[in-house]
Amino acid sequence: MGIPYYYSFRNLWTRRLTTILTASGMALVVFVFAATLMLAEGLRKTLVDTGSYDNVVVIRKSATSEVQSGVERQQASVIESQPEVAMGAAGRLLLAKELVVLINLPKRETGKPANVIIRGIGPASMWLRPQVRLVEGRMPRQGSAEVIAGASIAKRFKGGGLGETLRFGMRDWTVVGVFDAGSTGFSSEIWGDVDQLMQAFRRPVYSSVLFKLRDPGEFGRFKQRIENDPRLTVEAKRETRYYLDQSEAMSKFLTILGIALTIIFSLGAIIGAMITMFAAVANRIVEIGTLRALGFGQGSILVAFIIESLFLGLLGGLVGLFFASFMQLVTISTMNWQSFAELAFSFTLTFEIAWKSLLFSLVMGFVGGVLPAFQAARMNIVDALRST
Amino acid sequence: MFILKLIIRNAFRHKLRSFLTVLGVAIAILAFGLLRTLVGLWYLGVEQSSATRLVTRNAISLVFSLPISYKDRIRQIPGVKQISYGNWFGGIYIDEKNFFPNFAVEPRSYLELYPEFVLSPGERDAFIHDRRGAVAGRKLAAKYRWKVGDMITLKGTIFPGEWEFVLRGIYRGAQKSTDETQFFFNWEYLNETMKRTVPRRADQAGFYMIGVTKPELAAEVSQAVDSTFRNSLAETLTETEKAFQLSFVSMTEAIMIAIKIVSYVVIVIIMVVAANTMAMTARERIAEYATLKALGFGAGHIAGIVFGESIVIAMIGGGVGVLLTFPAAHWIETELSQFFPVFSVSPLTVYLDLLAALVIGVVASIFPTWRGATIRIADGLRRIG
Repeated sequence: MGIPYYYSFRNLWTRRLTTILTASGMALVVFVFAATLMLAEGLRKTLVDTGSYDNVVVIRKSATSEVQSGVERQQASVIESQPEVAMGAAGRLLLAKELVVLINLPKRETGKPANVIIRGIGPASMWLRPQVRLVEGRMPRQGSAEVIAGASIAKRFKGGGLGETLRFGMRDWTVVGVFDAGSTGFSSEIWGDVDQLMQAFRRPVYSSVLFKLRDPGEFGRFKQRIENDPRLTVEAKRETRYYLDQSEAMSKFLTILGIALTIIFSLGAIIGAMITMFAAVANRIVEIGTLRALGFGQGSILVAFIIESLFLGLLGGLVGLFFASFMQLVTISTMNWQSFAELAFSFTLTFEIAWKSLLFSLVMGFVGGVLPAFQAARMNIVDALRST
Repeated sequence: MFILKLIIRNAFRHKLRSFLTVLGVAIAILAFGLLRTLVGLWYLGVEQSSATRLVTRNAISLVFSLPISYKDRIRQIPGVKQISYGNWFGGIYIDEKNFFPNFAVEPRSYLELYPEFVLSPGERDAFIHDRRGAVAGRKLAAKYRWKVGDMITLKGTIFPGEWEFVLRGIYRGAQKSTDETQFFFNWEYLNETMKRTVPRRADQAGFYMIGVTKPELAAEVSQAVDSTFRNSLAETLTETEKAFQLSFVSMTEAIMIAIKIVSYVVIVIIMVVAANTMAMTARERIAEYATLKALGFGAGHIAGIVFGESIVIAMIGGGVGVLLTFPAAHWIETELSQFFPVFSVSPLTVYLDLLAALVIGVVASIFPTWRGATIRIADGLRRIG
């Protein structure tokens, strides 16, 4: 026979101030916990969703990103002639030879410059990235000084909006379209005709070659062949893998930071819960004695107090999660260390993060409440009744 | 005197609770101190930069280089005292995990421009005269157990290939905060290799460092440099070293702001915990306060007792937190040296730590103090337990 649940619940209600203080401490911890996970998830989503599994990126051997890579024109042609490259409509190859460079652009709000990726694209580039859609304006005409900007660039950088002009490489480039690439990294890029851009930057080599595999299973064979070809100094990666590698350092940093902060903070919150629960026990010695005298066993007392503490944790967890869910409206832009380019990503709340946060708050409540609950259960009935 | 004794005795009346609160405050102050130090590190490069040095790079962005012929044209500009040049090499030592900054620089002028890198005259000459010579910072050399004369191989990421260097010197920092984890080697080695392998990339410098005669001339000289090359194929962007470093920092500012906010959040969490403790303490002793009042002690006295207790607990916690910060910082410096080459706690951080502890103590006691001071004697005595 256990003590009814609402006994635990009512106790929290009677000492409202203390309950609110303890729960809000826990809420803050859960908030930080959830926000860090959401940030890492947002980054992961942005960079991982950027690639597709059956696309292959070819870059120069030992270059860690497209920005550092250079693929000579002849080498690009050799890759183009490989049998694994898929064919599209009208016998066109689904392959794009691209140029990727960084340019410095000032931000709209602060005027501070940041590095932005500008990508020279070929006719197949759009097709190879189904997640990229033109939302305003039109595509740039080949052979003209026209570019299209990603949604996040159009919003945050001077000269990136529709109809505005950017100046680089001794020419003015008109933004004739804005494209939306969802939450992927492409939203932080500017695209223009590859030949025009190579001319402007005086870069006689491509940065990377991207193509769709005829059959996704042929990747291993292709990789082995081109990496052992004496004419080539390139390596091939699946596009998904490539973007995962790009985000490695950043997500590692965020994860380590998040774990470290969460551990430190949760110690503080657990201490808070412990203080509260010890006080709850101390205040109710007579009550506990009475309950025991009525015939409730030690187990019931233990459970009643642990439930009280779990309630406390859950309350904090729910409040923290509620406020963390508003973080989804926030977009963070920072420099990705691996590509040195600006990248915008937002806090992403997933179901998994939600239940992890709640579980975490319950664990905090449990750890904080377990010692006081044992103290309550182990009380001697007579002594407890005697104390006033 | 009596009041002080009462406060101290009161603070430890409830040993377990006081201990837990002190522990909580100590953890919070420790975290606060470490986070502040972390933020300070971010700006370390900015603080290290000298007011008389300018950095010139390609106006488009860092990935573009400048012709080496610019060197002589920059030197002719009035106000320029010295000029050196180099390239960010970005090589990998064995594995990507072992990150350290590595540059190709023109040795003689670079060491003149950067007097904070201290080499013995013998090491300096050996480095200048050896095409494949390289110099590493003291901490970096210690980490990989390099000795002068060792062969070091870096894998190029921007400049392909396996590059072999001979370590000709290990530099010390002139100040405690100088970064001793850098690696630089002879620019000629890079350039000659490029001439052989990729001729179009030879004779290009990634950046120029300019030493000006007087700090006041910095703005003038940067404008003069940039206007010299305006409308050429490689336009330049010249700024003070501080601004150059700051541009990197500002790109990652979002993370910094987040860490800053978080370091205050930890203080707030503990404030809540401490306030909780004080609220309980006051609630338990309502009858005592009423008794003291009945004996003729004024509201000020009661307030002082509650307030004092809170401050004592918070300050003990703060003190413990500060003491723990130093071994923790030392541990970080030794164990995580690739991320944090210097992790030293500044005196300012210690003061802020103590200030934060004081604020915790004050805020935590506001409500209980007010309740203790305004309690009506009859109400207080009526309550039992």
